[in-house]
Amino acid sequence: MKALVCVKRVIDYNVKPRVKADGTGVDLANVKMSMNPFDEIAVEEAIRLKEKGVVTEIVAVSVGPQKAQETLRTALAMGADRAILVMTDDEMEPLAVAKIVKAIADEEAPGIIITGKQAIDDDNNQVGQMIAALLGRPQGTFANEITVEGDAIVVKREVDGGLETVKLAAPAIVTTDLRLNEPRYASLPNIMKAKNKPMAQKTPADYGVDTTPRLKTLKVVEPPVRVAGIKVPDVDALVAKLKEMGIPA
Amino acid sequence: MKTLVWVEHDNASVKDATLAVVTAASKLGEVHLLVAGSGCAAVADEAARIEGVGKVHLADDVVYANALAENVAPLVVELMGHHDAFLAPATTTGKNIAPRVAALLDVMQISDILSVEGEKTFTRPIYAGNAIATVESTDAKLVITVRGTAFAKAATSGGAGTVEAVAGKGDSGLSSFVGSELAKSERPELTSAKIIVSGGRALKDAETFKAVIFPLADKLGAGIGASRAAVDAGYVPNDYQVGQTGKIVAPQVYLAVGISGAIQHLAGMKDSKVIIAINKDEDAPIFQVADIGLVGDLFTLVPELTGKL
Ligand SMILES: Cc1cc2nc3c(=O)[nH]c(=O)nc-3n(C[C@H](O)[C@H](O)[C@H](O)COP(=O)(O)OP(=O)(O)OC[C@H]3O[C@@H](n4cnc5c(N)ncnc54)[C@H](O)[C@@H]3O)c2cc1C
Ligand SMILES: Nc1ncnc2c1ncn2[C@@H]1O[C@H](COP(=O)(O)O)[C@@H](O)[C@H]1O
Repeated sequence: MKALVCVKRVIDYNVKPRVKADGTGVDLANVKMSMNPFDEIAVEEAIRLKEKGVVTEIVAVSVGPQKAQETLRTALAMGADRAILVMTDDEMEPLAVAKIVKAIADEEAPGIIITGKQAIDDDNNQVGQMIAALLGRPQGTFANEITVEGDAIVVKREVDGGLETVKLAAPAIVTTDLRLNEPRYASLPNIMKAKNKPMAQKTPADYGVDTTPRLKTLKVVEPPVRVAGIKVPDVDALVAKLKEMGIPA
Repeated sequence: MKTLVWVEHDNASVKDATLAVVTAASKLGEVHLLVAGSGCAAVADEAARIEGVGKVHLADDVVYANALAENVAPLVVELMGHHDAFLAPATTTGKNIAPRVAALLDVMQISDILSVEGEKTFTRPIYAGNAIATVESTDAKLVITVRGTAFAKAATSGGAGTVEAVAGKGDSGLSSFVGSELAKSERPELTSAKIIVSGGRALKDAETFKAVIFPLADKLGAGIGASRAAVDAGYVPNDYQVGQTGKIVAPQVYLAVGISGAIQHLAGMKDSKVIIAINKDEDAPIFQVADIGLVGDLFTLVPELTGKL
């Protein structure tokens, strides 16, 4: 089966985001950007499924600015076969992204679509589930383990109480959680090879998707800051502090 | 406005996560509930007693036993024909179902709200809680997930809701439930615990985590949490993870042991009332948010603390 993998270019997870002084958003000028960490896990999983002979071709998709090319090149260097950049400088909400991916899936007919569970910039946790809804296909969210058994995709999911397993009829959408795998680093030869892998350039209009935002961002502010408190010299002082709070009860 | 609240339950009783959602919904208008499950009539009766609740829609059908999104979403969509907003807790169940509903209704979901600012205006955290956005929806209907720690819990008594059975929509045939491995624990659940003791990578391995953290938690009657590093290394199961992509907690006291305080971890616990940190590195970022810090080797300090409590 063919695998479609969604990758988003986001602020690097090591960077501490700064809110813009005018309250319109987060300052991304001159900030290190990377592939969303959950999407690295998605790409890695597709590659492992290909190495197992389950997946035949991996198509990486990104919706975003021209620079999202770099993110797609990373996916290609890791092992994806080709890429589709849906170019736009507009803010893309999950619903719009999902509609675009749905349209691509209609053309490409993948057996599995893998997305991250959450983009670490907007923390929405929506796109995978929305793609599944729009395609009328099943979803295995927060995957800890994926096994393909014929036409069935079995997904072990990380849920609040522990783990849960569901069986999905392919084609299906899977969203990755942290323990699914450890993504590989692209080797230098593979980075070179990725330069020659095909990358199609499209726009949302090519898929007939109206990307007008449904949510208006009225303002973005810093959260209330916590100030550092005191340091106590030893355990006895900590026990005394706890006693003041009535602990243990 | 008429709201429809997803009741989180295990077919036997209402889960706490529901109560904060009821509070959020009551700020928007009339509160109706949806209890979808199998053999869950008792849940509906319990839900009807939650303060402020009007109607409880009860969809009692085997296809809803495990809250499969493929089966549940069409049911919610049908009920949304006569409701204006669908609200679910930002639990793994809510996060699984709500976006599927939103896409079917062609609306943009508002994830993880912290407050209700107006009929269609909400605040929500972005960038691991390093920024708070105020957003206004332009959609005709609202689909919302609610951060449990941001709203008070509605009282579990005093309500006089009426239970009304709704017919199931059948099996989608797209997915099936195979099984679950749910941790059984006598300890307080993380998201409702008053005190949490969390351990990080410094705890070395599963045995050491257990030997050092568990006795302290027992003394304090605390729930147990962990950093991602501790979970990834297999010290404790995945459902212990606190953080941006794990559980969001806000207990009275959060005790971080051998946790550095990465922004992804802080995102899950920095709304705790009192934060206490034990770390051997006096420059660890966790101390920048800790009310009380103790610098030193956890392997001597924690057993000493446990002994002296
Ligand atoms: C996409 C993504 C999502 C993430 N989501 C989360 C999340 O939800 N939750 C989360 O926690 N993390 C998350 N992380 C990981 C996060 O970035 C950090 O890597 C992680 O929180 C570090 O865990 P730690 O503090 O236990 O380990 P470390 O950073 O290694 O810190 C260990 C600490 O222990 C101290 N120490 C060592 N030995 C001793 C001793 N003997 N006595 C006392 N102190 C000692 C050290 O000084 C150090 O401060 C995420 C990362 C990514 C990329
Ligand atoms: N602009 C985008 N381009 C490609 N994939 C995306 C985009 N936005 C989100 N995704 C995918 O959807 C997942 C969940 O994102 P979100 O719902 O925005 O938190 C991400 O991990 C990506 O795999």
